[in-house]
Amino acid sequence: MSAPLVRIDGLKKSFGDVVALAGISLQAHAGKIFGLLGPNGAGKSTTVKILAGLIVADSGSVEIAGRDVFKEPAAARAAIGYVPQEVTVDPYLTAREHLDFYASLYHLPETVRETRIREALALVGLVGQEQRRARRLSGGTKKKLDLACGLLHRPPVILLDEPSLGLDVQVRHDVWNHVLELKRQGAAIFLCTNYMDEAERLCDEIAIIDRGGIVAEGAPEELKGRLNRDIVAVEVAGSNHHHADSAAALERALADLPVVREARREGTRLKVYVEGRETALPLIVETAARAGISVQSITYSRPGLDEVFLHYAGRAFSEGATNGA
Amino acid sequence: MRKFVEETHAQFTRWMLHLRREPFSLAFNLLNPVILLVFMGSAFQGMARSSLGSDYRGYLLPGILALTAFGNSMAGGIPLLFDRENGSLMRLMSAPISRASIILSRFLAVNVSTMLQSLLILVLGIAFGVRIATGIGGVLALLGVGLLLGFGITAISLMLAFRFENHGDFFAVIGLTSLPLTFLSSAFVPIESLPAWMRAVALINPMTYAIDAMRALILTGWNPQALGTMAAVLVLFDAAMLWLGSRVIGRHLA
Repeated sequence: MSAPLVRIDGLKKSFGDVVALAGISLQAHAGKIFGLLGPNGAGKSTTVKILAGLIVADSGSVEIAGRDVFKEPAAARAAIGYVPQEVTVDPYLTAREHLDFYASLYHLPETVRETRIREALALVGLVGQEQRRARRLSGGTKKKLDLACGLLHRPPVILLDEPSLGLDVQVRHDVWNHVLELKRQGAAIFLCTNYMDEAERLCDEIAIIDRGGIVAEGAPEELKGRLNRDIVAVEVAGSNHHHADSAAALERALADLPVVREARREGTRLKVYVEGRETALPLIVETAARAGISVQSITYSRPGLDEVFLHYAGRAFSEGATNGA
Repeated sequence: MRKFVEETHAQFTRWMLHLRREPFSLAFNLLNPVILLVFMGSAFQGMARSSLGSDYRGYLLPGILALTAFGNSMAGGIPLLFDRENGSLMRLMSAPISRASIILSRFLAVNVSTMLQSLLILVLGIAFGVRIATGIGGVLALLGVGLLLGFGITAISLMLAFRFENHGDFFAVIGLTSLPLTFLSSAFVPIESLPAWMRAVALINPMTYAIDAMRALILTGWNPQALGTMAAVLVLFDAAMLWLGSRVIGRHLA
């Protein structure tokens, strides 16, 4: 693989007593989408702000396209397109004026300026709306304009902080398609998200961050495969009065099976983590029958990234983080 | 250098577009000055003629010009605070631009706006019958004095934009300073007729020196002594505020 365009090594950052980053190391490559996945407060935004040159780390090193972010900040900044979490368009300016503004800030030469602006407008589907003030654009269009402003100078590294936060489904998919297009054009995309579906759908590589540390890293499929467990959800049948007991009885009966790693009961539903579904499914059905418990439904699923997080962080993703920023 | 000019120009253009498309913010700052000029000027016209021996509107106009410059300059940092609040400033700072261009473009925009507003007030004063003793040259000098006062106040405001965490506090400070400091100067009555404590504040208030020089330009003519004192005091004030401002802002934009 080619040299990484983003190289983070032993990065540490504290805010007062709060440790935001406890020494993380990561790499992102050209033509790949790298996802930093974690709950709110895990350290994602701190990482991306350090990459964007907005926060100085306590220790560790960061290189963007071979330039040291701390020693050559201007050169490193010129190589990134940073699109923050918040929509930062100016309500008083038109879409076209936004692009002109950023074209000047990035010193685009006159010869390419017009072409790039047209390309950016086309990429985010804003052709024909360029003279409208941002105030009158929809929330989704504003986000797309924001994205376009960050890409005008064709940066080799694109930093996206929660790109689909607060967007409706249609716009979310649009934004995803733009991100995939940028990947095809060869950029290294560093994406922070706390949406697992976003990470699964877009990312080639994922690092799961929790409480300022990387707890797991790899391709999404690889991470899920590494868990080496599948999930069998069993719904027990019966009257309301009895079926909760039945689920408990089934849980006890299954505990002795060697294929069962763990079982969790949620009311009448039993979530069973198993090794090798081919043998596990018939065994579960058989055990239930032998215990006299009638099963209403049984479904099998592969683990998702939430299971990966649960496994490595030791708690559910939705419980969030308690420290960091 | 060419890059710095391009960055500053792009940001200055953005502020000018705001000014053009947000005329109400201009009207908001001009509200107090216009009320004072129209109502206070008319109300005290007769009474002041006997005690001051001159036209009260002409006497009042310098104070109102100073209030206009002060108010607009003091509010000048607010858009930067908005940019800080909504993340735009972070975004801007992720671009490979000089931090100084962020401050300089805003500084220039505030003072262009101060000049436009001062010009409007002057035109209004002239429409109400005020005669400028120093003529067209005096009008330019009046705008210059307003700017000289505005520079230092703008520096304070830009500094506050990085110190305050929300714009509500900022508005409170503007409300608590503009009009009271105008009263604590020679804006409405001769400084000698103020009570001792007010006179003490007026003497350290840079507005007083701007007002005295402007009053001479409007009522009597070119007065080297008033102009010299004003220039010395305001240049010193501006230099001190710009120095302080660059230190405070420099820390936040590091």
